[in-house]
This record gives sequence, structure tokens and C-alpha cells, in this order.
Amino acid sequence: MINSVEASAQQRRRNLLDRLAAGVIAAGGIWVILIIVLLFFYLLAVVAPIFKSASMAQQAQYSTPAIHHGVSVYLAIEESKQLAVRATPNGTFIFFELTSGTPTYTYHLDLPPQVTVDSIAQADVDGRFLNVKLDDDSMIILEIGYRVSFDDERRVLTPTFSFPYGEEPITIEHNQQSDHRDLVITEDAVVAVVSNRNNRTVSVAFFEAEEGDELADPDQVSQFEAPFDIDYQMVDGQARWLYLANRSGQVALYDLNDAEDPVQVANIALLNGGAEAVVMQPLLGGSSILIGDQFGNIYQYSITRDKQNQYSLARYRSFELDSSVQVILPEDRRKGFIGISEQGTLSVFHTTAEQNLLSVSLGFDARYNNELHALSTYSPRSDRLLLETNGNIRVYEIDNHHPEISWSSLWNEVWYEGYESPEYIWQSSSADNDFEPKFSLIPLSFGTLKAAFYAMMFATPLAIFGAIFTAYFMAPAMRAWVKPSIEIMEALPTVILGFLAGLWLAPLVEDNLLAVVSVFLIMPFELIFFAWLWHILPHSLTRRIPDGWQAAVLIPVIIVFVWVAFAVSPLVEQAIFGGDLKGWMRTTLGINYDQRNSLVVGLAMGLAVIPTIFSITEDAIFSVPKHLTQGSLALGATPWQTLTRVVILTASPGIFSAVMIGLGRAVGETMIVLMATGNTPLMDFSVFQGMRTLSANIAVELPETEVDSSHYRVLFLAALVLFAVTFFFNTIAEVVRQNLRKKYGNL
Amino acid sequence: MSLTTNNQQSAFAHWWKSGNPMIWINAGAVSISLIMVFGLLGLIAARGGGHFWPKDVLSIEYKTIDGKLSTIVGELIDTDVISKLRYEESTGQTLPKELREVERWMIKVGNRDQNGADFKWVSKFEIQKLGKPSSVVAVERMEWGTLFGELKSISENGVDMASHTDLWSELHHRLDRTLELRDLIRQLEKSEIGRVNYVLEKLRLERRTLELDGTETAENLREIAAKERHQQEIYKVIQRKLEVLNQQIKRDKAKFEIINEGHSQIVELPFAVIVGAIKPNVMNAGEKLIQYFINLYHFFMDDPREANTEGGIFPAIFGTVMMVLLMTVLVTPFGVIAAVYLREYAKQGPVIRIIRIAVNNLAGVPSIVYGVFGLGFFVYFLGGNIDDLFFTAAKPAPTVGTPGIMWAALTLAIMTVPVVIVSTEEGLTRIPRSIREGSLALGATRFETLRNVILPMASPSIMTGVILAIARAAGEVAPLMLVGVVKLAPDLPIDANFPFVHLERKFMHLGFHIYDVGFQSPNVEVARPLVYATSFLLVLVIIFLNLAVILMRNKLRERYRSMEN
Repeated sequence: MINSVEASAQQRRRNLLDRLAAGVIAAGGIWVILIIVLLFFYLLAVVAPIFKSASMAQQAQYSTPAIHHGVSVYLAIEESKQLAVRATPNGTFIFFELTSGTPTYTYHLDLPPQVTVDSIAQADVDGRFLNVKLDDDSMIILEIGYRVSFDDERRVLTPTFSFPYGEEPITIEHNQQSDHRDLVITEDAVVAVVSNRNNRTVSVAFFEAEEGDELADPDQVSQFEAPFDIDYQMVDGQARWLYLANRSGQVALYDLNDAEDPVQVANIALLNGGAEAVVMQPLLGGSSILIGDQFGNIYQYSITRDKQNQYSLARYRSFELDSSVQVILPEDRRKGFIGISEQGTLSVFHTTAEQNLLSVSLGFDARYNNELHALSTYSPRSDRLLLETNGNIRVYEIDNHHPEISWSSLWNEVWYEGYESPEYIWQSSSADNDFEPKFSLIPLSFGTLKAAFYAMMFATPLAIFGAIFTAYFMAPAMRAWVKPSIEIMEALPTVILGFLAGLWLAPLVEDNLLAVVSVFLIMPFELIFFAWLWHILPHSLTRRIPDGWQAAVLIPVIIVFVWVAFAVSPLVEQAIFGGDLKGWMRTTLGINYDQRNSLVVGLAMGLAVIPTIFSITEDAIFSVPKHLTQGSLALGATPWQTLTRVVILTASPGIFSAVMIGLGRAVGETMIVLMATGNTPLMDFSVFQGMRTLSANIAVELPETEVDSSHYRVLFLAALVLFAVTFFFNTIAEVVRQNLRKKYGNL
Repeated sequence: MSLTTNNQQSAFAHWWKSGNPMIWINAGAVSISLIMVFGLLGLIAARGGGHFWPKDVLSIEYKTIDGKLSTIVGELIDTDVISKLRYEESTGQTLPKELREVERWMIKVGNRDQNGADFKWVSKFEIQKLGKPSSVVAVERMEWGTLFGELKSISENGVDMASHTDLWSELHHRLDRTLELRDLIRQLEKSEIGRVNYVLEKLRLERRTLELDGTETAENLREIAAKERHQQEIYKVIQRKLEVLNQQIKRDKAKFEIINEGHSQIVELPFAVIVGAIKPNVMNAGEKLIQYFINLYHFFMDDPREANTEGGIFPAIFGTVMMVLLMTVLVTPFGVIAAVYLREYAKQGPVIRIIRIAVNNLAGVPSIVYGVFGLGFFVYFLGGNIDDLFFTAAKPAPTVGTPGIMWAALTLAIMTVPVVIVSTEEGLTRIPRSIREGSLALGATRFETLRNVILPMASPSIMTGVILAIARAAGEVAPLMLVGVVKLAPDLPIDANFPFVHLERKFMHLGFHIYDVGFQSPNVEVARPLVYATSFLLVLVIIFLNLAVILMRNKLRERYRSMEN
């Protein structure tokens, strides 16, 4: 009785344990599978935002703070988006909280009596300095900074004001009242360009001055006359280019490189007949300008240089608004801009990616006119927009993280600023702030395929032929150690192959190029020649080595052949190419030779791929049912006929899948290409040039990338592409192989 | 005559048609593959293993074409032959007519602090006299590489030793003392000061935590301040000890006569910078063998010096082993559980078939993709969130939200889990149904069958899978570059400070060491032998692991064969 109770208790425990184990194993198994699935979805989730368009929402609306000081001549949002500032004609700067409009701080700029502020503009690329233009023809350079303090965990910003180039207003000698006054501050100079609309005279003044120097008289002044009335004047951030334009769209471009003598390099009409340039703004960096006309078209023109080093302006692309362009607001740090039309439609554009990320109706008239005073500004990070109309301020939140990425900027030719024509370029970063990132994945994909192609060219024949011999002809005693020897190479760390390729093979190939090339070309003939020799040798001699050991016989033969090739080729090189094959190639064929080139990569990566292809092919051929081959041989076919007509045919799906898997490995290999190529993302088919692959690019750039930036996400996209491509190849291979297994089962 | 050619031609055509030449070509493919495989291994073994053998130091007197006579002293590293044209182009000198090519010797002349370069090329035709002076000493130094020269005198506190003493044994005697002192100094600097810094950092975080929680009181702040003062006291004591030791280690100096640009010159070397000194030219084979193993020992056990181009690779070995062990601990249970689930518990159907194919395919996904995933998901997402939750005190410096050994092990575990799953499943499939059914028929539950019958029988395949995973992980570099490897880790992931194991730390790795030293170091020529040696070690480990797998697989096959009968 007791026993049975105990027994049933034990039974219950066992059952419980059994169920528990089943649960744990199922949970664990599914968990592992989920993690594997997560891999794909995580990559996708990181990549997804780059294809999202922008969105915008109104965050606040309030009446213009401290309106008694006057209307705004200047509006700006500070970096951390906590404060905004507006300036009035009487020189008052009113700081207010961006979200509520509550004034926090007021500053009064000392102005000479009877003088008011005309307008205020940014004076350098980074937006540190402001050019305060006064109505007496003078300018003041002002820097607004912010001091951060904490008041009970709350971040408090206190504006600071300084005059890094002196408090005295600067006046440039000019024969008449000026209409346009621009100041550009570079690291070691201040450049002022002053012009008069109808009088057409332009004065360019150079000050050699660094921050902290008081500006007195300019070191260099030059004057010239514009070919038309000057309605618009713009200078780029490096003070290299001066654009002058009139309302009918005529633009004259001046090169300010030589301070004494500005040169006009172009004078062209940018707009088609009838169109009028209603707005003109420089794009970030100033090597492009945006022109809006009354029909709602916005054109991007950029400075290009042709082969003769001639500069000109070229129309890169155009964007559209629904009605006459009212405002163009370029972004501070990207090559994007906002366009606002007369009817109150706001569109967010990006030039490089050539996309319209957002178009919304503001729901009010955004027209500039005398009664409605309107002004707008974009926050430094382009995530807030401030519109002031008729005593009202509206704040919009703009969500636009990756405008520079679009399908076309990744995969199509893009016309980048300064280039002669649209091209595929990968250049992800630069020291300049006004840099245009070039995210074309084509050069990298091309490099990947190129590396894989040369590796497969080298590996496929060797691996497949070798596998055929090993599986079908080789003596079992030899096969027993040959197969594992080659397979063990699959586990050889590719970093070692890469190291040898880069530091040993590359110089070796460079010094013995002729020998290497001739070994490739002559090897098959050499083998056939030796086979023929073997065939006509007396049988008493050849009989000693039984069939199936040919590979062993050939080892010394090949070594001697290669040695001879290396020994003889310098003499041949001396005789035919004057001792310098590479020089001959360069001068006669126009082929440049990179030390770390595709040939080296092909050899090294081929070596990494051979074991994979070899092993699978060998298995496929070896497991062809024996009765098939025996039947064929019994019918009188030679071994070779049996092989080509029966064995390979039956095993061909297996060979196919071997090649697919090998290709997958070659596409994703990182270390070898990283170490054995120059890693330059060029598109060049030459076997003597390097490349940059997707994988190597990730390894080089990802550690230094800012998290969640566009660059970061594009690199994730590169990883996703690699994942998808290799997964695709492997799946094909796997499906083919499973079908093959089924077929063998039926045979 | 023409008949025989005809005959021969037809014989050739006949032979050609028989397909025999193609068979030979196929055989040639195998031979080429084998030559490459063994050639590669041989190359690595020769260059990697040969580096530690003490080389003779040659004294070479040579006369350049323009008649200048000069002498250099150094080791012969390499020779090559270049064409006359290239020689003349690179040197701008005209060669004597009878020379068609030039054999050049690459000599490691050492004395980088004096010469500016480690190597010098000498053309063979220039050499006038070749000698192996017995007095020349090869001194390995903490910095500036090797010094070749003749020991002239030894001084203590600036006073020369009496000339009758045996300088060479005196040098070794004093060097032993210096090495002891250096060990003591390193001990103090690394572990003792390291501990003080570690505790101070902990205290800083403690105070910050109190501030963040708003629970700081005068009392506990005082307590922390007292502890900090205590640590600073300890620090001062150590500092004083260090000063004394540093005084002592500076006591001895040795003077060497070196040859620089043909002129002899006296160089004074403090013992503190000497790592070792040998007279290779008077060593016999036995002594050289002993020196070989001493060098090997230093290579394995020392820290790297001079931007990794000299010294040992101990931290890299340690980091690799630890990362792989961590990965093994993670990958084994999960891989086995997933395989058991897929094969024994899940209902077999199209879904499982797809999952199986997917798992199979994941083994072929490029490793860099796993690295990208590891960086994004583990480091930035998981690590970042853990930092936000638990390590707010250290902010904004990340604690676990930065690459480290734990994330590296996890990433590689995910990368290798398909290997373990596939191998385990293979083992499970091979177990005959009858055995399972027998166990169940005897009344065992499913779990008991699994635990007592199936898993033990499958254990060799599980082992196979795990070893394959280890072999793959040990040689993988690309993903590690993203998730935790650094060229020089200041601290090992295990030390004497509580909690002893620091999984958030960055680590060094053999594979990355090869990449870094071979391609990123300023002095590749000097570092190259070390890279070969490191490669050799890595290759040995990986071949050893794979041989183990192959042997195990063969044994397994035998076992199942006997079972099936």
C-alpha cells in the first residue's frame, strides 16, 4: 500500500519533470530560433527609417514676444532648441522660450544715434558669427553664445555677447549707398562684399584677420562693375565665389580667389523666358544656389569644373511647389531645404537624394508683403521651424532624420556638387562641415562582385576538377588523407590568409608578375605535356605507380615547373619588356598596376573558397550510386566517358550548390579583402587594380560612425544586403541539395 | 620517317580522345591545391617558428661602387635578386658591365636610436669581408629595438667596474638583479596602483549614485571621503616604494661599442632598458636551442612592447581563450536545446523544414553581418539600455554600452549556434528509432530517454559541433573588430579586483593582433616575424581543434556502424 503511494508519487514527479523538461526545451528551442530571426528583423528595423519620408507637426503658437520693440529683422533658434531669439530694428535682441514664447532675456546692441538695424545674416559656415547690417551702410560682427547653468536640475541658458572683430561698425568705402552687404568670416580672413543695386558697382574688401583682431582698414579692396542690376548677391562660406543675379534670372559668377582681381567666370541666364527669380538662396556650403520662380519651380545650380579647368554653372535638378515660391530655407548642416509657396504649401526637399520628403499646407497665407510681416527660420539641426507672420509665431516640429538617403541616391548615378557629370561614388565622410555625403552603394557592390568574381575564377576550376579526381579517380589510400587536408583549410582563419596576401603574396606577385601570369597560362599545357610524356614512357617504368596516384606524381612536377617559371621569367622580361613588365604595361597598354590588386585578392580568397567548393562537390560526386557507373562501364564506356556523361550529370545539382555556397563565402569575406586590397571604392574592371567591398567597408567605417546617423544606417543596409545575398545563394544551394538527396534516394 | 610521325600523331589523337589528358588535368588540380595548402602551412611554420632561433651576427665590410669602404654589423634577414635595370633605377648608380643582376642582402642592423632604421640592404658584389666576431652582443631593449655591439664596461652609480672582472658574467649577474627590480616595479604599478585606482573609481561612482538617488547625507559622504583618503594614503606609500625602486634600478649602466655608418661609437645603456643580452656567435647549438625556448616563453608570456611590434602576446592569447570559453559556455546549452527541440520535440512539418534550412543557411551568412548585429543590438541597444537602468552613476561614460568581451562572446555565440545545432541534429538523426522505442517501452519518460539514452549517444556529435564552433570563433576577426577587440587593452578581463571577472572590458585577440600589427603598425618590417609567429600559433590551435573533430567524427562513424549491425 505504502509502496504504491510512494510509487505513484514518484510517478507524478517523473511526469512533472517530463512535462517541465518538454516546456523548457520547447521554450529554449523557440527562443534560439527567435534570436536568429531577430537578426534579420533587427537589421531591417535599423535600416527602415532611412526610407521614411519627413513629417511635421505644429508644436506651439503664440503672439510675437515683446512686440513693442518692433517687428523682427532676425529670427533664430538656438542649438538645443530651448530658446529662440528675434532682433528688432532698434537693436534689441529678445530671447524667448521656444515652446511657450515667454521672454527670458533681452539685450540691447549699442548703435550710433539715428541708426537702425536693416537685417542680420549669418557670417560663417558654422553659424557662430552674425553680420548685423545697419542702415548707415556699416556692419557689426556679433557672436552670440550661451552659458549653461543648472538651477535645481533645470537647464538654464544665459546668452552671452561678444564682438570678436571689434565693437566698431565696419564701413566699406563705396561710392554710393549700398543695397547689399555680405560678410564672410573664414579662419584667417574676413571678406566683405558691398554692392549697389542700380549703380552696379561692387566692392570686395579683404581683411587679413583672425578672431580677436580689431578690423580697421581692409588689406585689399577691389571694385568692378556688374553687367546688370544687382537684385541678389551671395558669397559662399569660403569666400571663394560671389554670385550676382537679377530678377530675370541672369547670374554672374565671380572667382574671388585672387583678392586683387575678382574674375568673372560665368554670366548666364538661369531661367527660361518669362520666369522671374523671386527667391534666391545658397545651399549649404555655397557651391550651389537655389532659384525659385513665380511658377513654383526651384532650380539647383552648381559650380562645375570641366576638363579644361573651366568653371561654369550647371542646372543640376529642379523641384516643384504648387505656386509662386515665397521662401527658401536651406538647412544648416545638410544639403536640404524647405520651400514655402504663396498658397501656404510647405515642402521639404533634399538636393542630393533628389527627393520631396514632405508637402503640407500650412493653412494660412504665407505671402510676404508690406502689411504682413513674415519671417521664418530653421533650427540648426533642421528639426524645428519657426514662422513669424503678422505678429504671430508658430513653431513646428519637423521629423526628418535621413533626407540624404533615397533609393536613387543609393543605387543611381547622382550628380554631386563640383562634379562634371552624374556618377556612382562612395565617400561617406570628410573633415568639412559643408560636405555632401556620397552614399552610392554601387561602387561597393561592384567591388564585392569583382573580388568574388576573380576568386571564383581561380577557385572554381581548381576545386571542381580536384574534387572530380579525388572522388572518382583517386586511390582510396590517397583520398583518405587528401580530403581532410584540403578540408582543414576551410577552418584556416582568413585573417592569416589576408595577412599573407597583403604582406607576402602582393610583393611577390609584383616582383614576379610575368612568372605568375605565365604559370597560370602555361600550367594546363604543361600538365598535358607531362601526361603525354607519361603515356609514351615505357610501361615498365610507369607501372610502378598505379592508377589513382597521378596527383602524387604531379606534385614534384608542378613544383619544378613553377620554380623554372620563376627562374626564367626575369630573363624573358629582360629580353622582351626591357626588364620592367609593369612599366611596359603602363606606357604601352595604359594599364596601371596596384600592388594590392584583384589578382592577389583572387588568389587569396580563392584559396579560402576552394575547400568549401571542393568538399561539397567531392561529396556529391562520391555519393553518385555505384550501380550507375558500373552500368556505364559495363556497356563499354571509358572511365572518362562515364564521368562526363553519367557521374557529373547526376551530381551536377550538387556541384551547382557547391559553387553557390562558395560564392556566398566569397561575397561576404571581410579580412582578406580588407588586408589584400587598397580599399579604394573605384569602379574598375582591371585585374591589376584593387576594390572596396561591402564587407570591408563595414569593418572600416562602422566603428567610427555616429549611432543612428544616416551613415550608420546605410552601413546596416550594406550588412542587410550582404545578408540577403548570401542567404539567397545558400537557400538555392540548400534546396538543390535536398532535392538531389531525394533523387539519390530514389535511384 | 613520315610514317612514324603519322603514327605518333594518330597515337596522340587516340590518347587525346581517350580522355586521359583531362584526367591528368584533374589530377593536376588536386596537386596544385595540395601544394598551396602545404606550402602555406610550411611558409607560416618556417617564418613563424624560425624567428625565435638566435641568429648569428655578421660583420660585413663592403665597398660601394664609388669606392667608399664601410662596415655594418647585423643579422642576415633576407636575400633577393633584382635586375640590373631596377637596381640602377633605384640607386642611380651604374653597375659594372659583367653584372646582369644583383643579389642583395637585407641586414638587420638594429641600433634604431642611432641609425634611424632597423634594416640596411647590402649588395653581394660590394662585400669585401665577412666575419662573425665572437665578442658582439645582441641586446634586446625595452625600446628602440635590438642593439648590436661590443660590451666595453659596466658602471655602478657612474663608477666603472674594475677592469679585471669578467664583464660578460657581471652583466648577467646585474641583469638578473635588474629584472627582479623591474618585476617588483611592474607589480607595484600594475596591480597595486591599479587596485587603488579601481577602488577610487568605485568610490566616485558610489558618491554619484548617492547624489542621483538624493540619499547623500553628511555621514555617508564623510565615510566615502575617509575611504578615499585612505586609498590616497596607500597610493602615497606605493609611490614612495616606487621611487626607491626606480632609484635602485637606475644604478647600473653598461657601455657598448657599436658600429654606426662605418664608425665606431660608444653607447651607454642603463640596465633598466635591457630585456636580455646574448652573444649569438659563440653559442653552440644546444645553447641556441635553450635560447630558442626562452624566446618562445617570452613570446607567450610577455606583454607587448613598442606598439605591439615587440615583446610577447600574452594578453592576446588570454583574451582569445577567455572569449572562446565564454562563447562555448553560451553556445553549447542553447545549441543543444534548439537541436533537441527541432528533432525530438517539435512537430515535423513544413515550418520545421523551413526553419532547418534557415538555420543551415545562417552558417553561411558572412561573419561581418553578425558583427553589425552585435554592435547594433547588443552593444548599443541592450548595453545602452542596461546602462540607463543600472549604471546611471557612471554616465555619460558607458559601462556596458560599449564594445566588450561579453558582447563579443555573445555575438560569436549567435554566429556559431547554427554549427552546433546542425551537428547535434545530425547526431540525433543517426540514433536508430529502435533505441528510442526500446527506452520508452521500458517505461522511461521522454525526458528520461533523452537524458539517459539519447544525449549520451549523441554526445560525440555535440562535441564535434562545439569544437567546430570553437575553431570558427577562434579564427574570426571581422565581427570582433566591431564588438570589443582593441589593439592594446590596458587591463585583462580577469584581475585581482573584486568581482575579479570584468566582462565589460575590451580585450586583445590573436587574429586581430595579426591584422593590427601587420597592417596598422608604424614599423611593419620589424613586426613581421612576430606576425608570422602569431599566425603560426593560431594555425596550430585551429588545426589541432579540427583534427580533433575529424578523429571524433571517424570514431563516431565506427560506433554507429556497429550499432546498425
